[in-house]
Amino acid sequence: MTDTAIRPVLSAEGIRKNFGAVEVLKGISVEARRGDVISMIGASGSGKSTFLRCLNLLERPTAGRIEIAGEALALKPDGQGDLEAADTAQLRRLRSRVSMVFQQFNLWAHMTALDNVVEAPVQVLGLPRKDAVTRAEHYLERVGVAHRKNAYPAFLSGGEQQRVAIARALAMEPEVMLFDEPTSALDPELVGEVLRVMRTLAEEGRTMIVVTHEMAFARDVSNRVVFLHQGLIEEEGDPQTVLRTPTSPRLQAFLSNTQR
Amino acid sequence: MIDWSIIAEALPAFAEGLKTTMMLLAISCGAGLVLSVPLAVARVSPHRAVWGPVWLFTYVMRGTPLLVQLFMVYHGLAQFEAVRESFAWPALRSPWFCAWLVFTLNTTAYTTEIFAGALRATPSGELEAARSLGMSEATIYRRILLPSALRRALPQYGNEVVMMMHATAIASTVTLVEITRVARDVYYNHFAPLESFGVVAVIYFVLTFGMAGLFKLVERRALRHLRPTASGVA
Repeated sequence: MTDTAIRPVLSAEGIRKNFGAVEVLKGISVEARRGDVISMIGASGSGKSTFLRCLNLLERPTAGRIEIAGEALALKPDGQGDLEAADTAQLRRLRSRVSMVFQQFNLWAHMTALDNVVEAPVQVLGLPRKDAVTRAEHYLERVGVAHRKNAYPAFLSGGEQQRVAIARALAMEPEVMLFDEPTSALDPELVGEVLRVMRTLAEEGRTMIVVTHEMAFARDVSNRVVFLHQGLIEEEGDPQTVLRTPTSPRLQAFLSNTQR
Repeated sequence: MIDWSIIAEALPAFAEGLKTTMMLLAISCGAGLVLSVPLAVARVSPHRAVWGPVWLFTYVMRGTPLLVQLFMVYHGLAQFEAVRESFAWPALRSPWFCAWLVFTLNTTAYTTEIFAGALRATPSGELEAARSLGMSEATIYRRILLPSALRRALPQYGNEVVMMMHATAIASTVTLVEITRVARDVYYNHFAPLESFGVVAVIYFVLTFGMAGLFKLVERRALRHLRPTASGVA
């Protein structure tokens, strides 16, 4: 085995986050190796979204270490009790290798679907526009919204918007993709189309960390499930085991509440 | 009844006045537009040292009447010998320069606040998405924040330009012969209010609606990404 196959694509160690006096994350460590699909589950307020947002520093962690593709993210105290990037150029470079898909899609409203996907490869990776357009069309095709490429986000359904957002993340050809409750803002009948796209991404061997409430996705698609409770990892492991025969009473309670 | 001969006789003067009005508007709004974009960016800065001076500027300019500002610059500055002897005196003595300076500062203050409001109204998720993809703050301003905010500001900015157009009437108080001054001259020569002020009102009215229409066209193009409202075509 080569070194890159063993070394985690992303590792987070002892991530803590305080909001004022409230300790939201109490020391969480997660490691994603190439091809891992990790589902993070837990009740609202368990800290799973906050944890995900700490990984690319959209949220400043209070303590912890983050390593992306073997490179440690340089952090320094921000003077308000949290950590910020010590080197903004490094932060931007590492962020460009970790793309995120948001609950609210967060497409740029003044750009067409195509321009949303073209934008970052041109502005961040420095791709010539022509190549970026080819790449964008390829990924829009992959997620099944190529026919809507000239539409503005406001004219797309939620499912289409989220698939464009996934194409935007894919176009960066990232090391790892973070999904922050990607189906939670969708109408029930639109959830399936987004989950299908995510499933094909997982099957291609992409490294994904997914914060989700979709237990079927966690069970069938991911190879690891992490259950967060009150800012700590309460239970983790192979989804079949963790979700079928949970040992923690809290996970048992959580699962019985989410069975529909 | 309306004396059409007075109007016909005054038309060339109105045409000249119209040129002055439009020129004043163009140079003031042009300079104001160029100044207010960077000032708006400064206005929304998190650093007090950056937003503070801009805040002070816009509050002072918006807190006093345009007419008073113009009088202060045109008549007031001449009181100081230092000003009269300075290199800027040839410019500060000129009513054109004073009107341009004051109108520009005034519209800059209002436009800065309009743009700053539009910048603040940018959905934070769009900024997070840009950050998460590794964009620098400068790129985010250039590609996401400003294009989206300036579009959003268009309807309000259109209003500001129309208000400025009406405000150019104030230049008549410092000897500039724009259309309001022409109307006053016609009135004093003939004591015919309808043929003077009536005509100038019609001119302003036509200009206003012409400009509003123009802005509507620009908005239709620049804001076509917005979801059509119930009255629009779905």
